[in-house]
Amino acid sequence: MNLDFGNEYADFRNEVQSFCEQYKGIHVTGSLYSYESVMDPNEKPKIEMDYKEWQKILIEHGYHVRHIPKEYGGFGGDLDIVKNVIITEEFSKSKIPTGVGGQGIDFLVPTLLEMGTEEQRQRYIQPALYLDEIWCQGYSEPNAGSDLASLQTKGELVGDEWVINGQKIWTSTAKYAQMMFCLVRTEPEASKHQGISYLLIPMDTPGIEVRPLVDMTLDAGFNEVFFTDVRIPAENIVGERGQGWLVANKTLVHERGSLGDPNKMIRRYDKLVNLMKSEILDGVRIIDKPVYRDRLMKIHGKILALKSHGLRLLSGRLNKGQDINLGTMIVKLYGTEMRYELETLAIDVMGELGTLYNNSPHLRDNGGWQYAYMYYLGLIIGGGTSQIQKNIISERGLGLPKEPKIQGA
Amino acid sequence: MYFGLSEEQQFFQESIDKFLEDTVTVDALRSYRTGEDDNLIDDVFNGLNELGLSGLIIPEEYGGLGLDSLFAISVSESLGKGVAPYPFIGSFLIAPFLINKLGSDSQKQKYLPSIANGEYRFAVALTEMTGRRIEKGIQSSKQKLSGQSLFVMDDIHSTHYLILDSDGALHIVEAEESGLEKVELKTVDITSFVSELKLDQVKTEDLGNGPGNIDAIKQAINLGRVAIASETLGASQSMLNRSVDYAKERKQFGRPIGSFQAVKHMCAQMASDLEPCYSMVWYAAHSIDHIPHEADLMACQTKAHLSEVGAFVAKTSTEVHGGMGFTDDLGLHYWFKRIGLNRQLLGSPDLLREEAAEAQGI
Repeated sequence: MNLDFGNEYADFRNEVQSFCEQYKGIHVTGSLYSYESVMDPNEKPKIEMDYKEWQKILIEHGYHVRHIPKEYGGFGGDLDIVKNVIITEEFSKSKIPTGVGGQGIDFLVPTLLEMGTEEQRQRYIQPALYLDEIWCQGYSEPNAGSDLASLQTKGELVGDEWVINGQKIWTSTAKYAQMMFCLVRTEPEASKHQGISYLLIPMDTPGIEVRPLVDMTLDAGFNEVFFTDVRIPAENIVGERGQGWLVANKTLVHERGSLGDPNKMIRRYDKLVNLMKSEILDGVRIIDKPVYRDRLMKIHGKILALKSHGLRLLSGRLNKGQDINLGTMIVKLYGTEMRYELETLAIDVMGELGTLYNNSPHLRDNGGWQYAYMYYLGLIIGGGTSQIQKNIISERGLGLPKEPKIQGA
Repeated sequence: MYFGLSEEQQFFQESIDKFLEDTVTVDALRSYRTGEDDNLIDDVFNGLNELGLSGLIIPEEYGGLGLDSLFAISVSESLGKGVAPYPFIGSFLIAPFLINKLGSDSQKQKYLPSIANGEYRFAVALTEMTGRRIEKGIQSSKQKLSGQSLFVMDDIHSTHYLILDSDGALHIVEAEESGLEKVELKTVDITSFVSELKLDQVKTEDLGNGPGNIDAIKQAINLGRVAIASETLGASQSMLNRSVDYAKERKQFGRPIGSFQAVKHMCAQMASDLEPCYSMVWYAAHSIDHIPHEADLMACQTKAHLSEVGAFVAKTSTEVHGGMGFTDDLGLHYWFKRIGLNRQLLGSPDLLREEAAEAQGI
């Protein structure tokens, strides 16, 4: 057991700390991605900055997309997990926002680095990093959710163009996006996993229609995207024809592991503690009422477990001999269910007032609790439902037998 | 940076696991329960002492191995896994920890080497600090102890008792001392040893009485709590492993029950709850020795959390086994009961959560 990163990182930490000192109190504006509000709401922002400018500063200093090669617009640093941890820790301590990812940086860029052609990397990576080109992900369809590989949006190669027809759903940021990476069935004769290709589609192509999908929070966080004879160049494919499932799975693994950051959870817990101190019921602070206290402490116990688990996962990435296979598989299930439990308690401590919404009088924290209570239910479902996660854990983690296949499925 | 058990610790665990698999079989437990076999307890005691468990945390100068809290809890994980009838936490963690922290040189000389070699066996009575249920607990006056301790831990062939009085002072009492009456209590868990002590003007020896006492006692309780949590972790993992094996083998409706999602999801939920517990237990143990300002909170929350996860796994894994899970033939209930007893020892989860709230100033 050794929780120290070693002296070789002391200089790097100092460097990050002085950067943070310089930008303490920054408020980033204009982004379509929500920067998690890390600032104390009572604090006045010292610096206001446009999101693209902030992104540029972070990339130039190597504090975001650090390991993307210079030739594609990145910092060209080494892929050093410890440095990334130090950056996250120090930014979090100083309450300044880290750079944003989004579908382009988080999913498309790693995919292109691994499977893309040199032309594709030159063309797409830099604009994605600097947020000049926003990407959306066209995976799910109305009839292909958990069973994603049964997707039916059709792509036909006619001359030197793909002709695409069909529909995608749950496409976040499609309204703003310039580009979509999309899974399309191009080989109807092949088996379900072998018939898919990974295509890059400009969103201004004629025949694309984006309809906002209003969710239970009453935001339109998602969209439906309809394709009618959409024509894109034949070269807009990543990997070979029929390899799309393989290409996409590399980033899906990433998506499932990336949810549930313990630091965010701890900040949210602290907020909940403050809420419970400020809510008064019959003259007694909620935090002093044993039934609510006990629920809070139960959640806190789970958060401490997840926080420690984060150290183990980090350790497993640094020490190749350490087995974190099962440990990684449980993160999405554990993190999202726990977060929902936390938000549920927040609603309950406000009682009737917990149901207020939509700028109502008496709203607490701008309605953020009720919003999060619904939003995090969405995360339990999105990115592989809790039930799908349990299938994965039991089959790939514990080695239980698969369910017998129904013929034709 | 490395967060986990060392190779040495894992290797040590494997030797304990191997010994317990061979010795503490379900058949052996049953023979012990029915009184056919009187040797199990002694065999386990001698075998584990030979591996070094009795002197595990005792400094080398007093004949022990001088190992740390993380090592200690890695051992208790194995003891839970193998549902060992062995008084580790009271006799070989809490007692020597306190004697080493608070004892005079001559007390250390007198007790520690004899604990390490298995000659002295201490039971511990700490309920004055971890949930007293008798109105008049234990009072001390003029080197004499009187009163009652309801739930004494690890009392098996004890030569000595380590007793906390209601003023927070510690006393060592010899088992043969006059005025001391021991009543054996029988819990559901036959692998543990609990008693009630009645004291009437019993002669005692003080163990430390300076201002450092309370901190040392707290530390010892932290160590005990995390070690119990780790035992529950081991016992729970054992129950999950057996559930998974059973679900692969057992067939109904022409297919292994483990291919039904209802059963799969029970197993997945157990795994998902258990997996972060390893890290939690490690971190809590590490904080006892290296991050003292987090130690109280971590110990409370770790034991509370493991108690809940343990209860869930104990119930769910019994259900995965169907009717067989309920039988003595299969013997799953020995683990179930160990987890059940651990839940209440040194503070039940509800009390610990209240303590955890106070520990963070809430």
